[in-house]
Amino acid sequence: MPSGKRARRRRQGALSFDNLVRVVYLGAFLIFLLAPLYWAVITAIKPVDDYMTIPPVWFPEHPTLVHFTAAMFTYRGLVGLINSAVVSVAATALSVLLGTLMGYSFARFNTGGQHLSFWVLSQRFLPPVAVVLPVFLLYRNLGLNDTRLGLILIYTVTSLPLSAWMMFAYFRQMPAELEEAALVDGYGRWGALWKVALPLALPGIIAAAVFAFIFCWTEFFFALILTSRSAYTLPTIFRGFLGFQASSYGEASALAIVSLVPSIILGMLVQRHLVRGLTLGAVRG
Amino acid sequence: MAQLKIAGLHKHFRGVHAVRGVDLDIPDGEFTVLVGPSGCGKTTLLRTIAGLEEADDGTIEIGGEVMNDVRPADRDVAMVFQNYALYPHMKVYKNIAFGLMARKLSQSEIDARVKRAAAMLGIADLLERLPRQLSGGQRQRVAIGRAIVRNPQLFLFDEPLSNLDAQLRDEMRSEIKRLHQEIGATMIYVTHDQIEAMTLADRIVLMRDGQIEQQGTPLDLFERPATRFVAGFLGSPKMNFILATAVESGGALGLQLGDGRGLALPEGSRQRYAGMVGRKVVLGVRPEHMGRARDGLQANGHVRLATVVELIQPTGSRTYITFPLGGTSVMAEVQPHDVQKPGDPIDIDLDLNRAVLIDPDTNRVI
Repeated sequence: MPSGKRARRRRQGALSFDNLVRVVYLGAFLIFLLAPLYWAVITAIKPVDDYMTIPPVWFPEHPTLVHFTAAMFTYRGLVGLINSAVVSVAATALSVLLGTLMGYSFARFNTGGQHLSFWVLSQRFLPPVAVVLPVFLLYRNLGLNDTRLGLILIYTVTSLPLSAWMMFAYFRQMPAELEEAALVDGYGRWGALWKVALPLALPGIIAAAVFAFIFCWTEFFFALILTSRSAYTLPTIFRGFLGFQASSYGEASALAIVSLVPSIILGMLVQRHLVRGLTLGAVRG
Repeated sequence: MAQLKIAGLHKHFRGVHAVRGVDLDIPDGEFTVLVGPSGCGKTTLLRTIAGLEEADDGTIEIGGEVMNDVRPADRDVAMVFQNYALYPHMKVYKNIAFGLMARKLSQSEIDARVKRAAAMLGIADLLERLPRQLSGGQRQRVAIGRAIVRNPQLFLFDEPLSNLDAQLRDEMRSEIKRLHQEIGATMIYVTHDQIEAMTLADRIVLMRDGQIEQQGTPLDLFERPATRFVAGFLGSPKMNFILATAVESGGALGLQLGDGRGLALPEGSRQRYAGMVGRKVVLGVRPEHMGRARDGLQANGHVRLATVVELIQPTGSRTYITFPLGGTSVMAEVQPHDVQKPGDPIDIDLDLNRAVLIDPDTNRVI
């Protein structure tokens, strides 16, 4: 039918225009997002002389890895990396463990009535600067200043509200009948939680863990105030690169690339779960 | 299998006094249906029996043992939930085996029991699927399989068919009835659907506002309702209610309707209704007890009414017509070809032997 063909052609025309808009929009967005990253990557492998040239060097003729070794050893990036990894992993594990139990308790037992759950979330509204000095003084008395344990504790506490709230939302939309079926089937509360609720909440747990980890991995302010010579984390090292007389752009870029790696690996590993977890369990069997 | 005994049970649920002093005795092997409008407390009662809710007052005995403080896991009951509540992350096999695994049965015993239950329910070829790969009817079968495989003392069903379409519902209803006949276990079944209640139950327990309104066999409740509520709840289409005054003329009792008609009550009912003379009563008569009058002698208690058809609703096997009576519209059941079109005159035969009279002050059947 000719009219049908015409209509289809018109539709295809409209589609390709839509596509064009889409491609241009996405392209612009990607450039905006990736250009700084690209600049960081090539700066990390540029010889020092190529930093500030005009016109800029888009790709160095003699790429070098010297900035990486300098960042890792001279600037003690390796220690920062290890500290960051230990602190982030431990705080994430604690935050998700406690957050999951809290969220479950809010969702199933209405713990603390209507207000406790929101009060917990409202802790996120508190700017870190409001508590950092008391914490600093407290830590000094307890001997927790400049220790990994101190950072783990403060990161757990700070990331807990979001973990708990995410898990609360996740458990709340999970039909309680699933656990009730397990209770009638012969399991206790813990059995029902362990065998039924937790496996089903896994996407939510992973999403909460990713958020907690990214928070810990990138946190700067608490680390700046509460650490000095031994427990310092990656973000605090960058401060040292931007000096009064000279700036170590290559080393800063190299360390930035290194600090990106865990996030990228994590993102790739949990991508599938993350999307499911963030839709807050719209999945139902 | 066991008997269930509930005494003086009270339960508040979300600020509502949901169960108010329920006493219930269910003998071993009986199929009991708790029925009533939504919010009448039937599901709360069932959940309290299962142990998912704690009783505020009263006792629950299963098999002679008080269960109030026993956790659901140890009450040896199985429950089928309205939304099936299959574990989405487990295959059908594991869904059914889950309760047996909790009881630490041997693998061979679990395997044998799961296969037997699956064969019984016709789901043997679905054991390796996940719940989301099943249709509604198949999920329902798995949920029932999960219950029967444990061979519990008591089966609890919470509106298990309400998520199925009409045809499947009929099918599953027969299947549940057959299942009960096969395994003969004590079953308690909650529904708001009076047809489900009538067809399945050995005994119906009709609940209203947290209390038992009446209990008995389905035909007991249907034919001898104790209250206006029971009379109106059971039966489809519903019973007609017509306001009337009880009168006495020439030694015989009768009813004076709002439109001036007089209906003579059957001989022999005098004793029962004598106290109501001069008072308002509500006449309750089911559509199937009014039909097109045939020629011939009028039997005792039958009344002939000349009226006009208002509305015709054929269903195939029978036709429902609406006509005015006593100032209201009532429904009668006639044969498919008894009526042609609205507005036609018709003679209705009303069987007062099967009608009930209700005291409008107490809403109880006299």
